[in-house]
Order: sequence, then C-alpha cells, then structure tokens
Amino acid sequence: MRKLYTILLFASLAALIFLSLSNGALQVSFTDSLYIVLQSLGFEIDHPIKKSHYGVLVHIRMPRTILAVLVGAGLSVSGALMQGLFRNPLADPGLVGVSSGAALGAALVIVLGWSIPGMGYWTLPIAAFVGSVISTVCVIRLSKIGSKTVVANMLLAGIAINSIAGAGTGILIYLADEDELRDLTFWTLGSFGAASWSEVQLALFVILIPSIIALFLSRSLNVMLLGEAQAYMLGVKLEQLKRIIVVLVCLIVGSCVSMTGMIGFVGLVVPHLCRLLFGPDNKKVVPGSILLGGALLLGSDILSRLIIMPAELPIGIVTSIVGGPFFLALLSMNRKQGMW
Amino acid sequence: MITAQDISFAVGSNTILDRVSTTIAAGEILAICGPNGAGKSTLLRMMSGESKPDSGNVLIDGKNIQDWNPKDLAKIRSVLHQESYLTFPFRVQDVVRLGRYPYNSMDSDDKIIADCLQKVAMHDFADRKYTTLSGGEKQRVHMARVLAQLEEDDSREKILMLDEPTSALDLPHQESTLRIAAQYAKERTHCVVIVLHDLNLAAAWADRILFMKKGKACCEGSPKEVLTPDVIQSIYGLHTHILSHPDTERPLVVIDRGRT
Repeated sequence: MRKLYTILLFASLAALIFLSLSNGALQVSFTDSLYIVLQSLGFEIDHPIKKSHYGVLVHIRMPRTILAVLVGAGLSVSGALMQGLFRNPLADPGLVGVSSGAALGAALVIVLGWSIPGMGYWTLPIAAFVGSVISTVCVIRLSKIGSKTVVANMLLAGIAINSIAGAGTGILIYLADEDELRDLTFWTLGSFGAASWSEVQLALFVILIPSIIALFLSRSLNVMLLGEAQAYMLGVKLEQLKRIIVVLVCLIVGSCVSMTGMIGFVGLVVPHLCRLLFGPDNKKVVPGSILLGGALLLGSDILSRLIIMPAELPIGIVTSIVGGPFFLALLSMNRKQGMW
Repeated sequence: MITAQDISFAVGSNTILDRVSTTIAAGEILAICGPNGAGKSTLLRMMSGESKPDSGNVLIDGKNIQDWNPKDLAKIRSVLHQESYLTFPFRVQDVVRLGRYPYNSMDSDDKIIADCLQKVAMHDFADRKYTTLSGGEKQRVHMARVLAQLEEDDSREKILMLDEPTSALDLPHQESTLRIAAQYAKERTHCVVIVLHDLNLAAAWADRILFMKKGKACCEGSPKEVLTPDVIQSIYGLHTHILSHPDTERPLVVIDRGRT
C-alpha cells in the first residue's frame, strides 16, 4: 500500500509538472510541452514549435514550476522538522518567528520605499530574509537557559517575537497608502508570478540543499519523539540537533517567504498528510513531505492560474481552499484509527 | 564500573542531592530505595549523564561521564525512565527499533527486536499500534527498547538503569522484569541500577540496597545488612517485622500492624 502511495506521488508530481507547463493564459499541448522541455535540455528535436510557445515555457513557466515545487517541498519539510522538534503535530515553521520577521522586513520595504543600492528588485526578498533571520536569532537566544536550548521556551519566545513583529507590521499597515496596502496584502497571500531562473538557481542552494540535509535527520527526529531525556540516552546530540533544525528551518522558510511571500497551510498540513499515508516514521514523513509538498503547491499554483484566467488568484488562498477540505476528508476517514 | 563521587545538586534553594557517593561493580545489582522525593530519580539522572551535578563527578570506566561521546555512551548504557511520552502511533516493533539508534541499522536488527520483545512477552504485539496499548504493556515495550539498545556482538560489560520499572506492572511481570535484570547482571556481567519502591522486590533481587532520604545516602549494604526494623524506621518512620523468605532466606519486610 505504501509503495503504491509512493509511486502515485511520483506520478502525480510528474503529471502536474506537465500540466503546469501546458496550462495558463496561453495553452500549449502536452506533446509540444514535452518537445520544448527536451529541446531546452539540448536534445535535437525535429518538430515544429512556435517561438512564442518556446519563450513562454522556457522563460516563464519552467522557472515558475520548479520554484513552486521547491517552495512546496521546503515549506513541508520545515513543517516536519518543527513538528519533530516540538514533538507536537500542530507545530508549524512560523513558530520560531521566521514568517513574521520576514513580513516585517517586506512591509518596511513596501511602505517606507526602502531600496538597497544596486539590488533593485532584490531589495524586498533580501529585507524579508534578513527579517526572518533576525527574528529567529532572537527566538534562539531567548530560549537558552545556560548552555541548553529549552524547546518550551522557544515556543513562548516565538509567540512573543511573532507578536512584536506583528505589531511592527501593523504600524506600517497603518501608515501605508492604498497602493502600498494592496501590495502588502498581496505579498502576505503569496505569489509565484515573478519567478525567474535566477530565483530558481538561488532556490537550489537555499531550499533544495537544506531540504536534502533534512533527510539525514529523520532517524534522530524519530528518537526525539520519545522526549529529549530519552533521546539523549540513545545518543542524540541534543544541542547540535536543535541548532541544525532551527538553522535549516530559518534558511528554508526565510528563503521561501522572501521569494514568494507568505504561503500558509502547506507547512502544517503536508507532514500530517504524509503521516496519514505512510505512518508516523520520519524516515518516510520527511521524504514524503518533499514530494507531496512539491506536488500540492504546484497543483495549487496551476489552479491559481486557471480559476480566474487571465488573472491569477493569490496562491495562499488556493492552498487553503484546496488543502483545507482535503485535509478534513482524510481526517474524518482516519478518525477511528486515532492518528494523533 | 560506575562511580559517583560526592554528587550534590540543588534547584534554587532546594537541595535535591547532598554529597552522595556510591560505586557499582560489573555484574552487580544495586537497588536505590527511599521515600518519595528522596532524590532517587535525580541520582539516576546524574549517573546516566542526563543532568550535570552542581559538584562531584560520575565516572564510567574511570572516565568522567560528561567527557563521553553521547553515541558511545549510548552503546554501553541504557535507561528505562519512569514515564515515556510517545504520542505518535508507531508499531510496537518500531518503538523497539528506536533502541537501535546508536548503531548503523542492519538486517540483524529485526532479530534483535523480536528477541527483546520475546523477553518482555510482547512478541505477539509486534505489529500493534503502540498508542493502543495499556500502561503496563507500554512499559514493557520500552523495557524491550532499552534492552535492544545494549544488544551488540561484543562481550563488553554494560550498564542497565531502570527507574521504577515495575510501577505499572502486574505481579508476574514485576517478577519477570526483575528476572531479566538479574540475568543481565549475572550472565552478561552487566551493571544494573534499579530505583525500587517495593522493599521485598529489592530484598529478593538486589545485591546491595542504597537507602536515600532527603537527598542524602543514608545507608548502603546487602539486603540482610540494611533491611532491619531500625533502618526502615529511620527512613520511612514505619514499624516493620523482618521475616525470612522461606525459599531464599532473604529478608521479607512486613508492616507491624500492631504499632502503626
């Protein structure tokens, strides 16, 4: 059964990638999409392809598709890491202040019109990323007692930092004019509209590589579920593990949020879905989250482009509309088994 | 094999442990007994390396426990806690598999897991969801996990620490749990430390008993030496008769109903 789920996951991810390439304001047939992908990979193809189709696919849809998969995978893997660290299925990457710090950084740029010289368009992502790093560092510092990181304090410090950053963003919202308010609101709903190859290149380093590193933590995450004391007895280097988890989450989520805005729901729900499909073993939940998170977010992005064509619905709305009922359905199906 | 030297530990102004020292040799079973709040579990936490004492040292094989690499230590020392929190629905065998964390996972793990489940008579439950078990069954699963942690093809002497391993168990399983502990001590010359409330279990299985009260080690010796009406009176404030077990001639503690 579990093997079947894995195969289905890979198959649906592949199918979604082609759906994503061929659908949108400009429809491209599946076969043309396939040929264009092959051609862009350097294969010699004897098949007539419209230049406009090639341009749209290679310069717009391909980076967008890849970015959606990477961001979905990154957010989900971060959710799995946080749920393991906090031993709580309700933990979410936002707990350590990453998203609220990023929102404050973004709001500063949008409302105060800051720009970093020479960075142009990249000012906003950089400010958002810096915001997420600052708030995460604050949370880590505040959760230390002596040389030990106390996870319960991390939760409380995270709540406090989230509220302070939220207040800062609130002040900026109050100061903002109508256009800025609109920009800010749309930013908090997320978008892949601006995806480009340079973002994809960056994402490979700041999202994909950390997500792959997370795979190596899954055995330790399992042991952490027994509690810190017992994990220590089994030889887990607790401080080192906690630090690695927080750094990975900050890097992945900070990068995701700064490139695409806030996309809620994915980080919380995808690890749950994986647990429903594969059981609680993190050796399956972590890689499963990468695949399912990528597929789910890509699927949502396709919908966001199709629902009100030629305009686009913000991706954050779609993830909630699609993910919510789907999750509820699975939950009620599994209620008897007592998954949590 | 384990030496605790002058261990002191305080939380705020409350002294939990006050200069406690003890030594446990390989092949020996030490029972730590005493009233609630005497510092038994805290002493075990210090001796297992989980917490660092304010002053004093714990040495394992002559090396300070804080200097051990956690993974190397995990291969020779395993601890059954009083309570285990696991809220995710793992299969029973996967809970036991967590005990194999210090080692690179191998095919032989399956056999080790099955053997350890057999020892605690939980082998029929291998595929059950852990969350559906009763309290006593959960405790036995964790016992199997703790045993699986020490399983390796070497003849090293290792340390098994059990914090009230019988608290949730029925009479036969109390007996079998301590029998396992005794086997590990006698057949594998492991060093076994058990926190126990039941003085008769301690009398029946321990080589030595360490009595603690209010953070201090009060007296230490063989069951026959320390299980006397006077000692028990001074530790618990309870009058008792000490009988002799008809089979083993070990002490048997019975409450003096005439005086309490």
